[in-house]
Amino acid sequence: MRDDFIVRVGARIVTPFIVTFALYVHFHGDFGPGGGFQAGVILAAAFALLALVYGLEAVQRVLPPWFVRGCAALGVLIFAGVGVVTMLLGHSYLGYNALAHDPKHGQHYGILLVELGVLVTVFGVMTTIFYLFAGRAGRGE
Amino acid sequence: MITVVGIVLFTLLGATALALVRVRNLFAVVMLAGVYSLLSAGLFTVMDAVDVAFTEAAVGAGISTVLFLGALALVGHREAQPSHRPILPLAVVAVTGATLVYGTMDLPGFGDPANPVHHHVADHYLEESSREIGIPNVVTSVLASYRGYDTMGETTVVFAAAVGVMLLLAGRRRKPAPEPDEAPAAAADR
Repeated sequence: MRDDFIVRVGARIVTPFIVTFALYVHFHGDFGPGGGFQAGVILAAAFALLALVYGLEAVQRVLPPWFVRGCAALGVLIFAGVGVVTMLLGHSYLGYNALAHDPKHGQHYGILLVELGVLVTVFGVMTTIFYLFAGRAGRGE
Repeated sequence: MITVVGIVLFTLLGATALALVRVRNLFAVVMLAGVYSLLSAGLFTVMDAVDVAFTEAAVGAGISTVLFLGALALVGHREAQPSHRPILPLAVVAVTGATLVYGTMDLPGFGDPANPVHHHVADHYLEESSREIGIPNVVTSVLASYRGYDTMGETTVVFAAAVGVMLLLAGRRRKPAPEPDEAPAAAADR
């Protein structure tokens, strides 16, 4: 697909919209359908599209494998870290009420933060798995 | 109207499933699996489970299709002819399916609001969510706040999946000494 002009230009045009949509899905998850998991998958799909069109090497120059591996672990740390912070603030583990004076605001911040953790992990995991499959496929040819 | 949409979607779902079983070209199988996921997402939307439908469309029809295509590049596009008659597996599947259908006879009616599952903790979540959590999407408040431990466990499971795939696919290539033609690729991969 690397020589197909329309696919190349099309992928380049839609990618920013896919990334923006992923962020919308994450931050709008409190109000409509969606959340960190869906947003992470959509974000990973944006880079999978680029890799299919421009080749794995081009995408890995922008988004190296060690970075997405780190993302996979970082997201779990963010999620668990929110729990540790609420414990240090004197509440129960993942008791988001501790995060602000108004318990509802605390819940809102807490949910956004843990969903961010889910997003980072899912994005990292999906991209890592895609890199591994695509990397081996390229070598086998 | 909803009933008609449901019947159409279920018919298409059944047709897709039958085609999936019969087709031997694995590329077509991957595409049909994506179609199957998209139809399931439509059914979930009809059942007002938009969050589930969203996940099904993004994961089932989106990223897993890409991953299957990546796996196809490794194993080739043709499914090998089975070397044995499918009678025993068919019997096992039929008996298991019949047992499961028999088991559903004891379940309460589908979608009945009086079902026990809707009155364990669901009442509390639905009635108190706006007061305790203060966000409009109850699915998110259940997922991230009331059931935060479960979601953290799921996130860890997703992470463990990546670790498993890395152990299977990435660990092997560093053990043998790099061959001359493989060395540049391995260097670029880091």
